[in-house]
Amino acid sequence: MSTTFWIIIAGAIATYLTRIGGHLVISRFENIHPRVEAGLNAVPAAVLTTLVAPELLNAGPAEWAALVVTAVVSLRGGLMAMFLAGAAVLILARQFIG
Amino acid sequence: MATDVISESGGKSEFWQGVRLSMPVVVASAPFAVLFGALAVDQGFSVFEAFLMSALVFGGASQMVGIQLFGQHVAPWLIVLSIFAVNFRHVLYSAGIGRRIAHWPVIQQALGYFILTDPQYAVAEARAQSGQTVGFAWYLGLGLPVYLFWITESALGAVFGKLIPDTHALGIDFLLPIYFLGLVMGFRKRPLWLPVVIASGCASIIAYKTVGSPWHVSIGAVAGVLLAVILPPHHSGVGEQP
Repeated sequence: MSTTFWIIIAGAIATYLTRIGGHLVISRFENIHPRVEAGLNAVPAAVLTTLVAPELLNAGPAEWAALVVTAVVSLRGGLMAMFLAGAAVLILARQFIG
Repeated sequence: MATDVISESGGKSEFWQGVRLSMPVVVASAPFAVLFGALAVDQGFSVFEAFLMSALVFGGASQMVGIQLFGQHVAPWLIVLSIFAVNFRHVLYSAGIGRRIAHWPVIQQALGYFILTDPQYAVAEARAQSGQTVGFAWYLGLGLPVYLFWITESALGAVFGKLIPDTHALGIDFLLPIYFLGLVMGFRKRPLWLPVVIASGCASIIAYKTVGSPWHVSIGAVAGVLLAVILPPHHSGVGEQP
C-alpha cells in the first residue's frame, strides 16, 4: 500500500481518538484547569495561523489582495462568502498581474 | 434499536426529524467537499484516495490541512500530527456529548462518536439543552445525510479536479491559504484570539525562515497555545464562559 494510504489511515485513527477521547478521558475529571482549557481553546486558531502566515512571504500582489479581501469580508459574511470573495479577487488579479 | 422504539415513540419519525435538521449542514458543506476533492487531486492524491480520506477522517478543515502538507512533501508523521492537532477540539465536544448519549448501547455510541463533527455537536447539544432526549435514530438522521453527501461530493470534486488544465490561472494553488484564513477569522470571537494568532503567526514565520518547513507548523502552534496557557486566566475569560 502507498504512503498516502497509510497517512489517511493514521489520520483517521488520530481523528477518531479526538472524537471518542474526550468522553473516555476528560469526562472522568470533575474540573478542567482553567489554563489547560485556555490552551485547548487556542489550539485551532494557533494551528491554522501557521498554515497562512508563511504563505505571506511567498505571496505576490494578487495573493495579498485576495487575503486582505478575505479578512475584510469575514467581518460580516460567513465562511463561504469570504472564501468566494477571496477566490474571485485572486482569479481576477492573476489575469492582470500574473 | 428495540429500546429506541419503546422509549421514543417510533425511531422512524425521530430519524426523519434528524434528517430535516441535517439539510442546512448538507447544503453548507457541499462546496467544501467538492473543493476538497479538486484540491486533493491537485496536490497529488488519486480520486480513490480523496474519497477514502473523506470517508475515514470526515473532518473538513483537517482534510484540507492534510492535503496542503502532503503537497509540500512534509514527513508523514507530521501530517498525521497536524490532522490530530486541528481535530483536537473534538475532545471537548466528546466530553460534552458523552453524558447525553451514555444510555445508548456501546456499538451505537462508537458509531455516534465517529460522526461527531462541529455541526453535529452543536445541534445535538442544543436538543439536549432544550430538555429532549438525544436518541440514536434522531442522531443518525442528523449525521448520516451529511456523511453520505460529503463522501459523494468529495469524489465528484476529485473527478472534476482532474479536468482542470491550468490550475494557476484559476488560483487553485492559493485557495487553501484563503480557506485557512477564513477559518482563522471564524475563531475571532474566542478569548485571546488576537494574541494567539500574532504569536503563532510570528513564530511560524521565524521558524519557516530559520528551521525551515515543515517545523513552522508545530513551532508556531506551540507558541500560540503556550501563550494562552501562560497568560493569567482572567485574560482567557475561561472562568466567565457560560
